[in-house]
Amino acid sequence: MAKRIMAVDDSKTMRDMVGFTLRKAGFDVVEAEDGQRALSLLEKTRVDLVITDINMPNMDGITLVGRLRALAAFRSTPILILTTEGGEEKKAQGRAAGATGWIVKPFEPDKLLQVVNKVCPA
Amino acid sequence: MTSASGGGEFEQFRQTFFEECSELLAELDGQLGVMKRGEADNEALNAIFRAVHSIKAGAGAFGFRQLVEFAHRFEAVLDNLREGKLSENPRLVAILVQSSDVLASLVEAAQGGQETGADFGADVIADLDALLESKPAGSKPAMPVAALPVTARRVRIDFEPMPDLFRHANEPLLLLRELRQLGACVVTCDAARLPLPETMEPDGAYLGWTIELTTAESHARIAEVFEFVQDDCRLVIEDMASAGMIPLLAEAAALPASANASASASANGSANGPANGPEGAERPNVPEPVERARTSGAEPAKASASIRVDLARIDRLVNMVGELVITQSMLAQQISELALKSGGTAPRGQEDLALLTRELQDCVMAIRMQPVKSVFSRMPRLVREVASKLGKSVRLVMSGEQTEVDKTVIEELSDPLTHMIRNAIDHGIESAAERRANGKPEEGTIELSALHAGSNILIHITDDGAGVNRDRLIAKAVSKGIIPPNTVLSEEEVYELLFAPGFSTAEKVTDVSGRGVGMDVVRRNIVNLGGRIQVQSIPGKGTRFTLIIPLTLAVLDGMIIAVGSERYILPLTSIIESYRPERHSIRSMAGGMQVAAIRGEYIRLVYLHELFGRPGTATPPNEGLVVLVETAQGAKIGVVVDELIGQQQVVIKSLLGNFEPVQGISGATILGNGRVALILDIEELSRMGRPVSAPPQTQAPLIAAA
Repeated sequence: MAKRIMAVDDSKTMRDMVGFTLRKAGFDVVEAEDGQRALSLLEKTRVDLVITDINMPNMDGITLVGRLRALAAFRSTPILILTTEGGEEKKAQGRAAGATGWIVKPFEPDKLLQVVNKVCPA
Repeated sequence: MTSASGGGEFEQFRQTFFEECSELLAELDGQLGVMKRGEADNEALNAIFRAVHSIKAGAGAFGFRQLVEFAHRFEAVLDNLREGKLSENPRLVAILVQSSDVLASLVEAAQGGQETGADFGADVIADLDALLESKPAGSKPAMPVAALPVTARRVRIDFEPMPDLFRHANEPLLLLRELRQLGACVVTCDAARLPLPETMEPDGAYLGWTIELTTAESHARIAEVFEFVQDDCRLVIEDMASAGMIPLLAEAAALPASANASASASANGSANGPANGPEGAERPNVPEPVERARTSGAEPAKASASIRVDLARIDRLVNMVGELVITQSMLAQQISELALKSGGTAPRGQEDLALLTRELQDCVMAIRMQPVKSVFSRMPRLVREVASKLGKSVRLVMSGEQTEVDKTVIEELSDPLTHMIRNAIDHGIESAAERRANGKPEEGTIELSALHAGSNILIHITDDGAGVNRDRLIAKAVSKGIIPPNTVLSEEEVYELLFAPGFSTAEKVTDVSGRGVGMDVVRRNIVNLGGRIQVQSIPGKGTRFTLIIPLTLAVLDGMIIAVGSERYILPLTSIIESYRPERHSIRSMAGGMQVAAIRGEYIRLVYLHELFGRPGTATPPNEGLVVLVETAQGAKIGVVVDELIGQQQVVIKSLLGNFEPVQGISGATILGNGRVALILDIEELSRMGRPVSAPPQTQAPLIAAA
């Protein structure tokens, strides 16, 4: 069965790009436009990986990571955060919240898949 | 990482991107309009930031370099504004508005595939750079060190995960798999630390691996495999054949992968230096990348006065030092007992050890300390926002921003402070007309100050407003059914009403203050930090709230008391006095309650052995002592004790890891003699064993705090 990935980003462009790349590589992709929406979707859906943006309305990515890690069902689910170059502080905050790793924006499709494969091989 | 000019496969999303850009630019424009009117709150600022950030991220994916670089500067300025490093002013807002225009033009140019001149928007860029302290943050990607051709060699990788690795949901087996893609691996698993099954923690980290990798990949590439886990494991990557070799010779030597070269190499490690020779530029990356891999991937090494450390590590350090302090005081006690017995003197160095241990503890605590500035800096914006919403003119004066307090305390301070400042503007400061009529300057003043006092931090929030209106407060409380009509209340008890759940003094619930959280929540937050709130108010002159909060949550200034054979700790901050009451001053009341009269006030007596069901003789209060303690709410009880043992700084250990919460106990500590003493929770004690009928805070007239 194809692995399922949740992509959380308030920017539709980003969601489209991440979704397109991952679907093409054979993943099943669920999209959410902010942390709150992601949380409520994840109550019903099990996923193998969460990729989340940081700056989002309603609930930001760092909070989302913390909330997911507090749930037993997501304790060992890898979570990648999307940071920008030089976003060391965000990276550290994300890690402190429990993020598994990070993807630096902007990214090439290959780079995205490389990082995804690192923590969640297809 | 590099943004290729084409954007390749993402081309099909160009249209989506530009549609989104126009939405984002409209949002940006709208929010900047709000800011221009001086009405931007944090949410507005976040929305502005997100708009620019999203445009930058998308532009990066399509390789719109000029757009990315501009958006990056714009974003950096907004981020500084958000973090309070820059403050809002008309000139800044003007620059932001100009920036959004430039941004819109750049988006337009990108969409039409037109060229903008290289100096397009140069004056705005200069303005932004000036705001960034003339240090353009630079959107240069962290350049990977030029990849030199590396021939196949053997690399030894020692990899030992720590528990945090699993907490971040990383998986060692995936890393090993990834390594295999770089070349042939010989993996040895070190299971020596594996405990017996019955003592094994399900999320413990017990295994380590040694991998001998034959690869032509660079060190940076190998280190990249461990990119996400480098802080969560012990990792050493080194060339087996050539580690420590003279650089120029290393490459030649590495070719035949002579395994025994390392032995001879380690002996002449000092020969590394001068060997750079004429071909220094071509210096093979042999010893140097090893260094890099050990530090942090491919980041440029920056000289910096501070380092970032995982909080969990500091907590562990704090905990270990706490244990050390306890062990040290246990040792000290035993040594002095032994010395007494043998008639000798205590060994030299013992006092030094005690001193050094305390100093070490202070140093470690200081690591967690941060200036309150990070919270204070959010307040000017809040004041502007709230004041303008209410049509009031308010000036905020801050002092003591550099006062340091534990990081946990800082995090918990933000909400209470926000709420209290909102309240001060909404309920404290009068309208301009009213102030004029009372001969006050139209502009109200709120002072926010922080200072250290002993092991506490005091935070004052003082307004020069109308003060607490006693009569209105009482009338309101009566109408809300909080107190019965015609209750006679002392001054403190009147202030106490402010903290009653469901109480709001405003005539109408405003959208500024009336948000469902009341002062009761504020106080609960503060009490949770081990602190308390005091109120002082002069009608017509103003009100001052004082937050008294311990500097750290890890140690407590305590008084050790003896009750029967038990030892307990009373937090020193809650103790008012201790005394031995006269027998005739003690009265028994209905329901088995006992009170002691002191200076015309009746204080309920609390017998700990009864409350906690401990067997033991009860010393009558008039033969033992009564320790008068006061809760944050100002309620007083008298704790009956046999003896005061002494004052001591104790390291707080949580009971929660091992026990259910025990009512009346907030934690435990280990005394110098190795015995465990429970730390009493005064708030809960004052509620325990109270006759059900007595209304909470009106048992007895209160006296001014001693």
